[in-house]
Amino acid sequence: MEKPPIIQLEQVYKSFNGLKVLQGIDLAIPRGEITVILGRSGGGKSVLLKHLLGLLLPDRGRVLVDGQNLPDLGERQLFSLRQRFGYLFQNGALFDSLTVGENVAFPLREHTNWSWPKIQELVREKLQQVGLQGITEKMPGELSGGMRKRVALARALALDPEILLFDEPTTGLDPIMTTTIGELIASTVRRLKVTAVIISHDLGLAFSLADSIAFLHQGRIILHTDPEGFRHSSLEPIQQFIAGRADSNNTMEATG
Amino acid sequence: MIVLSALGRVTGQFVQELGGMAVLLGQSLLYLPRRPYRWRYFFRQLEFIGVKSLFIVMLTGLFTGMVLALQAYYGLRKFGGESMLGAGVALSMTRELGPVLTSLMVAARAGSAMAAELGTMKVTEQVDALLAMAVHPVHYLALPRMLASVIMVPLLTVISVFIGIVGGYFVGVILLGVNPGTYMQKMLEVVTADDLYNGLFKSVVFGLLLAVISCYQGLQASGGAEGVGLVTTRAVVLSAIAILIFDYILTAMLF
Repeated sequence: MEKPPIIQLEQVYKSFNGLKVLQGIDLAIPRGEITVILGRSGGGKSVLLKHLLGLLLPDRGRVLVDGQNLPDLGERQLFSLRQRFGYLFQNGALFDSLTVGENVAFPLREHTNWSWPKIQELVREKLQQVGLQGITEKMPGELSGGMRKRVALARALALDPEILLFDEPTTGLDPIMTTTIGELIASTVRRLKVTAVIISHDLGLAFSLADSIAFLHQGRIILHTDPEGFRHSSLEPIQQFIAGRADSNNTMEATG
Repeated sequence: MIVLSALGRVTGQFVQELGGMAVLLGQSLLYLPRRPYRWRYFFRQLEFIGVKSLFIVMLTGLFTGMVLALQAYYGLRKFGGESMLGAGVALSMTRELGPVLTSLMVAARAGSAMAAELGTMKVTEQVDALLAMAVHPVHYLALPRMLASVIMVPLLTVISVFIGIVGGYFVGVILLGVNPGTYMQKMLEVVTADDLYNGLFKSVVFGLLLAVISCYQGLQASGGAEGVGLVTTRAVVLSAIAILIFDYILTAMLF
């Protein structure tokens, strides 16, 4: 028996200043699985991801999270819904005026009444789960890129969210760190049994992690299937993407 | 025709910005009673805006008072009015120069920093991170700064005015030889509590203006470092313009 998708995008359109980014997105994110959205750089993957928790609202179309259409929600309801999400930004987006510990504690201090010692304990635990110890007093500026991402992941996990969103989690990391982060994401998602949506242009990551892969091309999802089905797809844009083959018809898509 | 359409466009943008800032102000007022109260963050802003602007505000006040005394002396001497020097300096400082110059200095120092800080957060997705974690950026970032500004700018103004009067005394009595008793007596006769209240009221308004403008500009930043630089400059310039315009409006109203 199929469980209903936890997030559903129906005919979502989004433009910025006349530039059409999303042109009729239909996408169903299955519950409890890892969905990877692949696509060209500048193709609108980040824009798409931000729609999933209402950081952006569509010009047209519906964004259903557990049946609720985000554009219809009032601010309080939207904010309440967001507490079920954890979002990992591409560069971590850690608050640079706060220490590592304060960063990870942030969602806990904002949304719970727990005592400081309890929060500190949780912070230590979350940092340990991402393989970091003893850096709670450091500032984000002192950390390497890989460490920053891991702290950001710890922060995203702080409230034990049901849905994790990853914006290009391995972009810009060296191959070893890429594998480390990839494995971390996989183990976290499996252990916590959460839903994960990862946007990336890293094929290796997609094939190793994904339960299903969706391909974003010219503002639409042209394929959403399991990795094997994806690999053997006959669709031109997908084959070109996999082969890393540029083509005179493939102009650079112009947004992010 | 080109001029007209350009004028129309600029006016449109201007009105849009005004609207945006009004919305920011409105939202801040709305969120004011909402928990959690961020005391520590608020105190940090108080220190940043107030304590760290103190030196420059005192410097401004001192030299303004001194220059005022010099200029007023040469004017007053032409019709034998040197005895009014103290009153002249004090009136100018309390009603006008204290509030305006203090606010301009705070805008340049703290306002620009506010815009830069919020702007940097905006372009590095930290503002989005706040939203993603269901924290309202207005409540977390703008409101503490606005409150701190509204409290600190009047306090700084008072200090500036006081030092200005002291500076004026120094120049008038000690350097230019005005009778100290006359200086003080005339000043106390002429300057009333109303003048002080006018000046303080203005400084509250200016403090609010510079904070709203600077925070708004910061949150509008886009496009990386260049974008942050752009909004920082805009914040200071727009704050200064707003202060000067409202100075006229308030002075006319309170006359």
